[in-house]
Amino acid sequence: MNVKYFYSFLAVLVLALIAWVGCDLLGLQVLFGVILPYIAVVVFLVGFFLRMMDWARSTVPFQIPTTAGQAKSLPWIKFNAIDSPFTTGGVVARMFFEVVTFRSLFRNTRMRVNPDGRISYDIELWLWLFALAFHYTFFVVILRHARFFLEPLPLPFEILEKIDTFVQIGQPVISMSSFALLGTVLFLFVRRVYLPNIRMISLASDFFPLFLIFGIVFTGIFMRYFAKIDVTAAKELTYGLVSFNLPSLAKMQGIGSIFYIHVFFVSVLLVYFPWSKLMHMGGIFLSPTRNMANNTRAVRHVNPWNYPVNVHTYEEYEDDFREKMIEAGLPVDKKE
Amino acid sequence: MSDLPKSDELFSHIDHRPPKGKDWMDIPVDIRPGMYCYSANPKSMETLSAPNVRKWNPLEEDWLLPDNWQEILHNGLKERLEKFRSFKVFMDICVRCGACADKCHYFIGTGDPKNMPVLRAELLRSVYRNDFTKAGKILGRLAGARPMTLEVLKEWWYYFFQCSECRRCSVFCPYGIDTAEITIMGRELLNLLGLNIDWIATPVSNCYQTGNHLGIQPHAFKDMLEFFVEDIEEITGVNCTPNYNKKGADILFITPSGDVFADPGTYTCMGYLMLFQFLKDKYGLDVTWSTYASEGGNFGFFTSHETMKRLNAKMYAEAKRLGVKWILGGECGHMWRVIHQYMDTMNGPADHLEVPVNPITGTTFENAASTKMVHITEFTADLIKHGKLDLDPRRNDNLKITFHDSCNPARGMGLLEEPRYVINNVANHFYEMPANTIRENTFCCGSGSGLNAGEDMELRMCGGLPRANAVKYMADKFDVNMLACVCAIDRAALPDLMNYWETGADVTGVHELVGNALILPGEKKRETDLRGEPLPGMEEEADE
Ligand code: HEM
Ligand code: SF4
Ligand code: SF4
Repeated sequence: MNVKYFYSFLAVLVLALIAWVGCDLLGLQVLFGVILPYIAVVVFLVGFFLRMMDWARSTVPFQIPTTAGQAKSLPWIKFNAIDSPFTTGGVVARMFFEVVTFRSLFRNTRMRVNPDGRISYDIELWLWLFALAFHYTFFVVILRHARFFLEPLPLPFEILEKIDTFVQIGQPVISMSSFALLGTVLFLFVRRVYLPNIRMISLASDFFPLFLIFGIVFTGIFMRYFAKIDVTAAKELTYGLVSFNLPSLAKMQGIGSIFYIHVFFVSVLLVYFPWSKLMHMGGIFLSPTRNMANNTRAVRHVNPWNYPVNVHTYEEYEDDFREKMIEAGLPVDKKE
Repeated sequence: MSDLPKSDELFSHIDHRPPKGKDWMDIPVDIRPGMYCYSANPKSMETLSAPNVRKWNPLEEDWLLPDNWQEILHNGLKERLEKFRSFKVFMDICVRCGACADKCHYFIGTGDPKNMPVLRAELLRSVYRNDFTKAGKILGRLAGARPMTLEVLKEWWYYFFQCSECRRCSVFCPYGIDTAEITIMGRELLNLLGLNIDWIATPVSNCYQTGNHLGIQPHAFKDMLEFFVEDIEEITGVNCTPNYNKKGADILFITPSGDVFADPGTYTCMGYLMLFQFLKDKYGLDVTWSTYASEGGNFGFFTSHETMKRLNAKMYAEAKRLGVKWILGGECGHMWRVIHQYMDTMNGPADHLEVPVNPITGTTFENAASTKMVHITEFTADLIKHGKLDLDPRRNDNLKITFHDSCNPARGMGLLEEPRYVINNVANHFYEMPANTIRENTFCCGSGSGLNAGEDMELRMCGGLPRANAVKYMADKFDVNMLACVCAIDRAALPDLMNYWETGADVTGVHELVGNALILPGEKKRETDLRGEPLPGMEEEADE
């Protein structure tokens, strides 16, 4: 067994155990259901902000967009306004498509060496598809949690709920997004373990978020469809968290430990987020190869720390070669 | 070079599966002859006052480092994280999705897992985590961190000089992580310890002193161009003697010195001379060459940002001294990345120059309004579009041409259509290679970023495999026999590559094709092309 995913898996198990012991045996529902979630949200917000500021503090000395299409040059040459953006509008469009459609990942190909000696690069969209599905279902699942925090539920969330529970097989209604999310996480995990090269590049910190998210989704599905926790009590707690009007301890203790494991997982994810690769969410916006215009010859970019350097001047050069230059009939500035 | 395996042997040994059950951190670096370049000559290092100048050998155990080398690297890393947001963000946000892994020509050609861009970056990232992140400090290897050791340093050196800074990985990365940028930082750090390669250090030193990478002195530079003038006169009957260092000329022309020096770049150089003569005779355009700014390329870019700036400064300085209106740049790859994305920022603003206007067509090059330097294919395309050139494309009829996009113009500039437009107007048989191997997806020649030495031939042939493979496909399918490009390193590197992989294709610059097709005022009936080969339909006459 690979230590990297073993330790990550173990870490998530231990987290579950901590929450279970804490709530079921020690009765620390207030800690796991109230105090830690509050701390986690604060750490997440402050941490996210600090990380962004930390990146923003580093300067951008050069304008280095990766151009992935024809640049704007002569007026009769059609240029690619998105992949080689000339204006801020183009840059915004490029970033929009990166974030919303994972446009670069969509280019993905898979290299193969064929028996006839030809190397081919075929379209390979599975990663793109599942990555996109993973993020969108994750997003939908988060939005669907609004019903635990907002009363009455605003219309857009109602509509989302209708769509998400479109397929109904008996009771309770099935929320498609959570199962799809579970599936996509599983795919991303299997891909990491199964493809030898991807397995090689993976770190424990690549497996940990996958296990943790899997844990969140799994406990979520489990308590909704199988463990059947006291939903009314859980809602009272969640409303209480946002309205600072908490239910009684007895009520909180009646919800069921699986709920607290779920909430603890989420808290850990929030705390973990700003200090991990999950910050790609913020970093993508600051990536200089994607967020700058390809107009460097038209508009001068200023390097805040540009400093003078020693150069070999023409005068020095002519001093070195004057005689030879004169002999060869080359013009010189000083005839000596 | 005699150790270079035969191409079919090399091909059959490429294995893209990583060694089983081994963590990459446990695979020791094996610096293998044929895959690395010789260390820098101390004399060349001295020219630019590089640190830790000494003679050293990469194959030896002791690299003769200063005692506090780890401290130097740590501080260098810290400084660069603060100075370059690209570097800092790229250190933090990679999710190791692996989309970039099989996009690198060096990985495709060697199968060495550390040539996957993501792992190349992890070589440095692992040390960054160890030195600068809490998780790395506490969890160590579990968090993907490792301390800087001599072993790690050697690994950096080996693999940062197995990256041609081509940016192909960056196109496919969902966050645009550019491993070229990481390699650039890695090489800067290595240079703090005097760990450059000679194929970069000596051209840099030459360029600093004589104005060009090859160390051609002014009189010799003139001699060499004069030699081309004679050749052209023999073929066309027209004298194309250029201006040198001419004050008050309209335009200063700067191109890589490689084209002055070696075939087949020389024919491209002849193409430039002919084009300028044509424009002078027909329209009175006054172009000058410079022996001081006699290098378009910039191997400083492969050393450090500072060295790049020091070498690049000549362009604006010479344009100012000569009092020209604007600068025209020849066909070169990394030269154009430097001009397009760095020059104005480093050495501008060029207020002593005018916004480039083509006096013949009246076109204002708005896209170069600030930098004031125009790419020769932009210039020629504009001339052709306005019908200002007299061309006979049939003279290139014996060629079946395909076009190799050089990495830098493609991914650091977006110059894709201009060369194609020119080729299609000066030749009749043009074929595109498969879409996944051209334009923004183009494959490196395998020898970019200062790796086109002789001693690392195996590396170059491995890295060039994807390109050669695509050309071979074109040769088999369309009988393509000529590979056109707009890069001097390509012209120096691709012929060996085409030979090695037996594609049967020759290599040409775009302006060699222009030179062949261009009808010079007062020219005699041409019987041969610029290479002295009979023109199509002239084969018999040549036999007589
Ligand atoms: C602006 C918002 C975001 C964008 C544009 C974005 C984009 C991406 C992309 C393109 C990938 C690579 C493909 C893949 O490996 O799946 C990725 C991976 C990943 N993202 Fe996001 N992401 C965003 C927000 C988030 C958030 C909020 C999370 C939640 C925790 C998240 C969790 C992950 C994880 C765990 C992976 C790695 C998947 C793997 O192991 O293969 N992302 N993201
Ligand atoms: S494509 Fe980008 S995010 Fe994915 S492994 Fe490569 S560098 Fe990392
Ligand atoms: S920049 Fe080019 S050579 Fe370097 S890692 Fe990326 S794809 Fe490979």
